Amino acid sequence: MKPRTKRFALIAAGIVVLCAAAAFVLNAFQSNLVFFFTPTQVSKGEAPKGRTFRAGGMVKEGSVVRDGNTVRFVITDTVHEMPVTYVGLLPDLFKEGKGVVSQGKLGDDGMFVASEVLAKHDENYMPPEAQHAMDQAAAAKAAKSVQTPATIKGNP
Amino acid sequence: MIPELGNFALMLAAVVAVMQGVLPIAGTLVRNPQTQITLQSLARPTAALQFVLVAFAFGALAASFLNNDFSVLYVSQHSNSLLPKPYQFAAVWGGHEGSLLLWVLLLSLWTVAVAVFSRSLPLDMVARVIGVLGLISVGFLLFILTTSNPFERLLPAAMDGKDLNPLLQDPGLVIHPPMLYMGYVGMAVAFAFAVSALMSGRLDAAWARWSRPWTVVAWTFLTFGIGLGSWWAYYELGWGGWWFWDPVENASLMPWLVGTALIHSLMVTEKRGSFKAWTVLLAIAAFSLSLLGTFLVRSGVLTSVHAFASDPKRGVFVLIFLAVVVGASLTLFAWRAPRVALGGRMELVSRESFLLANSVLLVVATAAVLLGTIYPLIIDALNMGKLSVGPPYFNAVFAPLLVPTVFLMVPGSVARWRDANVRDIAFKLRWTFAGAVGLAVLLPFALGGWSIGAAFGLFLGCWVALGTAQQVIERVGKPGRIGASFWGQHIAHFGMAVLVIGITGVKCYEVERDVRMQIGDVVTIAPYTFRLNSLDEVRGPNYKAVRADVQVLRDDKVIEILQPEKRRYFSSAMAMTEAGIDSGFMRDLYVSLGEPLDDARTEWSMRVYYKPFVPWLWGGVLLMVLGGVLAALDRRYRK
Repeated sequence: MKPRTKRFALIAAGIVVLCAAAAFVLNAFQSNLVFFFTPTQVSKGEAPKGRTFRAGGMVKEGSVVRDGNTVRFVITDTVHEMPVTYVGLLPDLFKEGKGVVSQGKLGDDGMFVASEVLAKHDENYMPPEAQHAMDQAAAAKAAKSVQTPATIKGNP
Repeated sequence: MIPELGNFALMLAAVVAVMQGVLPIAGTLVRNPQTQITLQSLARPTAALQFVLVAFAFGALAASFLNNDFSVLYVSQHSNSLLPKPYQFAAVWGGHEGSLLLWVLLLSLWTVAVAVFSRSLPLDMVARVIGVLGLISVGFLLFILTTSNPFERLLPAAMDGKDLNPLLQDPGLVIHPPMLYMGYVGMAVAFAFAVSALMSGRLDAAWARWSRPWTVVAWTFLTFGIGLGSWWAYYELGWGGWWFWDPVENASLMPWLVGTALIHSLMVTEKRGSFKAWTVLLAIAAFSLSLLGTFLVRSGVLTSVHAFASDPKRGVFVLIFLAVVVGASLTLFAWRAPRVALGGRMELVSRESFLLANSVLLVVATAAVLLGTIYPLIIDALNMGKLSVGPPYFNAVFAPLLVPTVFLMVPGSVARWRDANVRDIAFKLRWTFAGAVGLAVLLPFALGGWSIGAAFGLFLGCWVALGTAQQVIERVGKPGRIGASFWGQHIAHFGMAVLVIGITGVKCYEVERDVRMQIGDVVTIAPYTFRLNSLDEVRGPNYKAVRADVQVLRDDKVIEILQPEKRRYFSSAMAMTEAGIDSGFMRDLYVSLGEPLDDARTEWSMRVYYKPFVPWLWGGVLLMVLGGVLAALDRRYRK
């Protein structure tokens, strides 16, 4: 082979490998995105059935029930609630009335089966997602109670 | 008084850093030879002065911690009078402001090291390198002084401090951040060398030779820092995991991957004069990713143990700084790189091409990790919803990209420079290959179950281990002095093999049991039996704990007593799981306490693990560190 053909072959092979890698990476990426939904969104049926997603808000006071290694609790954003069941050890900072984010799938009966309850590392720290859920719900509440034309027009 | 002196020293340091950043570089641009020498000679003294001032500021902050001066806001937020002294000192970098001060301290330490160990370098090169480091230091000092001053006072003073996050009260914290930062900041030196070479237009073998030991040292610290972080997460978080694909872990992994590509690419640039542009880009990328890591960790955009109080101003500052660094260095690159002469010729199959393939693979892997790490942040910033990218993505992407990289380590290091022959390489490695395949087929049976994943992982590990051993044996059989860098290379490669075998072993053979236990209950993971003997209340300096006594039996003999704890810290009422671990050569036994399941607190949920090969992970990392140290100590660099 001439040096020029060789160089061309090298570059072409490199591009093919890179394209394959990119296609492969993007494919894996697509199928592993985990979306976040607030309890309000879940109650409206916006969350997908049979696909893993994250839900977060506050652990409702008095909702934690233990049965062996199974834990049931309710996540609330103060407007809507969703029941959750989880098997396994809870993180140290899981507490009633505190923020929580859990990852899992929604069953047909509306029960969220969590595969993971995410830990916080600091008792004063609110997971941003949980904070987001609370803020959304609070904003929706405020918008409803005021009902000015501006908010109705401004938020399609 | 002490905090004010520290603050003042920090301001002076910023002024000196400006001088260090501007004057020596100006000295390389003026015409007059006398002025040139005068200005360039300022590089070393200004660097030394800056170090003294920053060290003074750091000492002042440490003194405020050790004196329990809770009138300093930062101290009151991260310390407590009950906190043991070593942790009070480590708490200096337990929060955002102090860890930045540590960053700057280490940067000035590296700069002084460059000033001292650069006698053989031409003065104009020293002036440029120290100047660039000075400019980076200016950026960080301004960051500290304007948005994150650790010396801010709290009036009236707090009665006592809020205490250090209990997770961070651990010997691991004392050394993990400084080591990691040494690595991050060390990449700044590699970056400064690359930028200086671009400025001078002399991208040559000499530049690569000067740059190599610094880059290897930075890489070594980074490796050690990441390993320590992983080890700390493993025993301190109490979940038995050692890598979570947490964005902050990714932030440290990305510069490591690019840094690994960089040290190999630098070798080609030094030996063969090729890949100059690629090497410069890698150096720019490695430091930019270190800055991105700092941004990710310090801006508070992440949910993580590393995320401190979020303040949008800080994130914006680091982001602008990052944009300036990347923008300026890439502009310089675009301006200067076309003038760089091409290096030596190489054939399609040669050591160069293997090394190029590996560095491309490492860069692609970095890009994949980067995508998964920052995509959620971008989507969130654009208000397009909240999402996260889970560990399955990283596992799915990372393994297929790293498998060929690891495989190529062996043919890459036996191939000749310039022109190699596939048939020669295959012939030379035929027995090594056969041996690795044989071990991969047989070993899984001995480890308790054959699976394709285990066989494949073990093949890779054995392939690299045997290939490395073969080269060492061949070299030792030949006459001639063997340089330290030869040992460094092969020990580091062997460390990689040990790490790969360790990862395979943990992934394929770990056993995990979640159980509820009362005193006297047993749980068995063959051949080990765990028995809960007792539960006791114990008191530490600043916490109370429930401590379980778990006997581990094998063949009815007690081999170990594990004492996992559940701690409750006084200052924050925060609960903490302290795992009980027994480490052997081949396996760890790991027990952590969950929570009481009844009001009398006699029945607890517990997690019991059998974790084979975990010590191999740490062993592999230590071997890589040792390899890095030896490579950096090679005599060639000391001329």
